[in-house]
Amino acid sequence: MNLLRLFSRSQSAPAARERLQVLLAHERAAVGDSDLVTKLRDEILRAIAKHMQIDDEKVSVRMERGAKVSTLAVDIEIPFDTDKKAA
Amino acid sequence: MGKVIVVTSGKGGVGKTTSSAALGAALARDGEKVVVVDFDVGLRNLDLVMGAERRVVYDLVNVIQGEAKLTQALIRDKRLETLYLLPASQTRDKDNLTAEGVETVIGALKQAFDWVICDSPAGIERGATLAMRHADIAIVVTNPEVSSVRDSDRIIGLLDSKTLKAEAGDRMEKHLLLTRYDPVRAQRGDMLKVDDVLEILSIPLLGIVPESMDVLRASNVGSPVTLADERSAPAVAYFDAARRLKGEALPIAIPGEKRGFFGKFFGRKVA
Repeated sequence: MNLLRLFSRSQSAPAARERLQVLLAHERAAVGDSDLVTKLRDEILRAIAKHMQIDDEKVSVRMERGAKVSTLAVDIEIPFDTDKKAA
Repeated sequence: MGKVIVVTSGKGGVGKTTSSAALGAALARDGEKVVVVDFDVGLRNLDLVMGAERRVVYDLVNVIQGEAKLTQALIRDKRLETLYLLPASQTRDKDNLTAEGVETVIGALKQAFDWVICDSPAGIERGATLAMRHADIAIVVTNPEVSSVRDSDRIIGLLDSKTLKAEAGDRMEKHLLLTRYDPVRAQRGDMLKVDDVLEILSIPLLGIVPESMDVLRASNVGSPVTLADERSAPAVAYFDAARRLKGEALPIAIPGEKRGFFGKFFGRKVA
């Protein structure tokens, strides 16, 4: 019985290898991205601030990584009285 | 001017202290002047592994806080004249390590020794980042096991961003030391192979230390494994790793595999 189990059991190392490769690809991207997203956020804020008054807190920048395509979502809330400054 | 090595891993229990002691003793046996520094403040163990636990009077924190001179805290090994230990404090915590204090101590040690080996605590907190901060060379100790490989990957990221070398825009020299390798399990397909770990972490290999009773036996009697039984398999692996640290191009033998393969492997992976 024990011998049978020994022979029928599949190898576990390939699973370990695959799981690590997928996980680390994500983790490395996440660490690198957090810097990139902060930089992008700062630069976008500065660019917009030249033309209209916006609230720092109301700007969100998100990066989502997909297998083939990654998306960058920028969400900026513009207050009503912006026209005054722009004018 | 000596070279500063950090022995690090992220994960605990993979063999940082064993490796620090074994490599330090291997280098010192060749006549190099070596000091091994325990950075694990609060949980020191290097003194025990090296058999000097009853000779500790002053420690790293005492030196940093000006309560003792460096020469008072250094313990000379009883077996090797050129091997010294700077123990960590057992009663205080890592907050007692200051960046400036560590810099001064490492600076002074570099003047007096050929090799300064910093045994890092586990984790990625203050103690670990201070241990790696001044390093010229990093030895990443890894077990062929998923959690250890993941933590090593994280540590490699820190070595490339949080060290003085990285901040100055230089490349940190990093080496992988694969420990507790079990050729039977690897052959059976139940342990990550050397190739797998190298491919995932992509840093050059310094050595492969096989899982062995000799490591436990050496620590039981308070001796670096390279001094306890220098012909044991782990001791041979550490002696070879020490020679590679000194710049020798030795081929690396994978335990349990045939000779012909080693050369090929060495040529391909370890440049």
